[in-house]
Amino acid sequence: MTVKSLEQQFQERIDAGERIEAKDWMPEKYRKTHIRQISQHAHSEIVGMLPEGNWITRAPSLRRKVGLLAKVQDEAGHGLYLYSAAETLGISRDELFDQLHTGKAKYSSIFNYPTLSWADIGAIGWLVDGAAIINQVMLTRTSYGPYARAMVRICKEESFHQRQGYEIMLGLSQGSPEQKEMAQDALNRFWWPSLMMFGPRDEESPNTEQSVKWKIKRKTNDELRQEFVDITVPQAEILGLTIPDPDLKWNEERGHYDFGEIDWDEFWQVVKGNGPCNKERLGARVKAWDDGAWVREAAIAYSDRRSRSQGDEASRNQDVSAAI
Amino acid sequence: MKSNNLYQYLLLLGDHSMILGHRLSELCGHGPSLETDIALTNISLDLFGQVRSYFQYAAKLAGGDATENTIAYLRTERKYLSSTILEQENRDFAHVIVRQFLFDVYHRLLLEELQNSKDDQIAAIATKSLKEVKYHLRFSTSWMNRLGAGTEESNQRMQVALDYLLPMAHELVTASDIETAMKDEEIAPDLNVLAIEYWTQVKAVIQESNLKYPEFKDRVVRGKQGIHSEHMGRLLSEFQYMQRAYPNMQW
Repeated sequence: MTVKSLEQQFQERIDAGERIEAKDWMPEKYRKTHIRQISQHAHSEIVGMLPEGNWITRAPSLRRKVGLLAKVQDEAGHGLYLYSAAETLGISRDELFDQLHTGKAKYSSIFNYPTLSWADIGAIGWLVDGAAIINQVMLTRTSYGPYARAMVRICKEESFHQRQGYEIMLGLSQGSPEQKEMAQDALNRFWWPSLMMFGPRDEESPNTEQSVKWKIKRKTNDELRQEFVDITVPQAEILGLTIPDPDLKWNEERGHYDFGEIDWDEFWQVVKGNGPCNKERLGARVKAWDDGAWVREAAIAYSDRRSRSQGDEASRNQDVSAAI
Repeated sequence: MKSNNLYQYLLLLGDHSMILGHRLSELCGHGPSLETDIALTNISLDLFGQVRSYFQYAAKLAGGDATENTIAYLRTERKYLSSTILEQENRDFAHVIVRQFLFDVYHRLLLEELQNSKDDQIAAIATKSLKEVKYHLRFSTSWMNRLGAGTEESNQRMQVALDYLLPMAHELVTASDIETAMKDEEIAPDLNVLAIEYWTQVKAVIQESNLKYPEFKDRVVRGKQGIHSEHMGRLLSEFQYMQRAYPNMQW
């Protein structure tokens, strides 16, 4: 059997809507594309903990503090499922972290923007989680089984986060003039970066065509972006907030909102590492990893010694799982 | 007067969970591994759940406009009644674990006793919290063992943390006037009795973790009287920021 025919069979399985599992044969490029995409997604969850974590210690009430802590913790959990999904493709979590820390792997650019007020926590939940859900709902039907299953669980939690964010915005927009101003300012700063989350325009997105063929993506960047705008504009109207785009208007003929042009120079600047917080975000991850090195080494040394003294591999496994 | 002592006691209980919970919340996103990050956040969440139970009860006793938030956020530093050890900074993971362990041993013993409190609400909160705190103690004890007996570096770091923090731990098990009054009313346990078991358990874990029990004199610490270390003012200015900058608003 030639490689070509294996690839044909593989494509036929995908076309028939079958799920690909970890032990199935797959083209090398499919495997690599998945490692790249799933790990980018995992890194985004982990780096995404930082801008919101910036407000955990300053949350305005006990209820909000608990809500935000739980949300950021969920993101750590999402990171865990996704790293595990990536590991099924034959790469370790340490290698993936190394790719993040050396700047080889990317993460979502939205997290390179600063969180400057409490309203930013509402805006991130509403807009950033909202944009993420649109991407992720599509991914629950992606062709690679472990990824699709991780996404089902993640989507449930993300939609809770999105409601929580919207509820923060609703409270602010119905609150005092300062609160309303805070909410509008957060929308002004996060609107365009949220639209950028869907990536470059279709004609400039080199990965899209192959990804659609493999059902890694089922819709293009521009289709998803339009979906987000159409869903979000009426939500902003309910809040009584103004979307910072003078070109935004309903197009009766298309049945969609028209909207203005994204500042693509800014988009590429942030992707290339020159956003407002790229250095700080990566720096914080590297610092946590480096500061934790002695802890991880000690945990391994301890469990190795115990398993040697007990001559029992089971005890090591037990110990490593207890450590976590 | 009786209810004032009870009110103050609820503040003391809530403040202990809150100040430690706040320190743990600073670590969210910065832990040595994803798993420990999640575990420490879990502990922080449990502690804040307890804070809300204590302060909601306290707000009911206080009446008027008091809420869990006015109690949590709008006191001056001198009115917070947590033990000094809890506000100590997250210098490294060893300090985080040692601080947690020294508190967890006390916390579990305390809650076991508070389950039998004459005050039904405190007893109910204690019963619910005890389940969580048993897990906290298991977590911190296992890390005491692991880091104490892990590598030379981890052992040294743990010893430094222990030498620094242990001299403050006595405050946890030394009764303040409020705790003595509560003991007399059979609402709180006798800390003199609890202290014996506390030190037995603490010493046992230190020993099994290849660490040395520090030769120390107890430090003069008076957090439970509202006289804190210099760390507390900064902790509170961050914690209270929104409530102070935007008074009387709903969030």
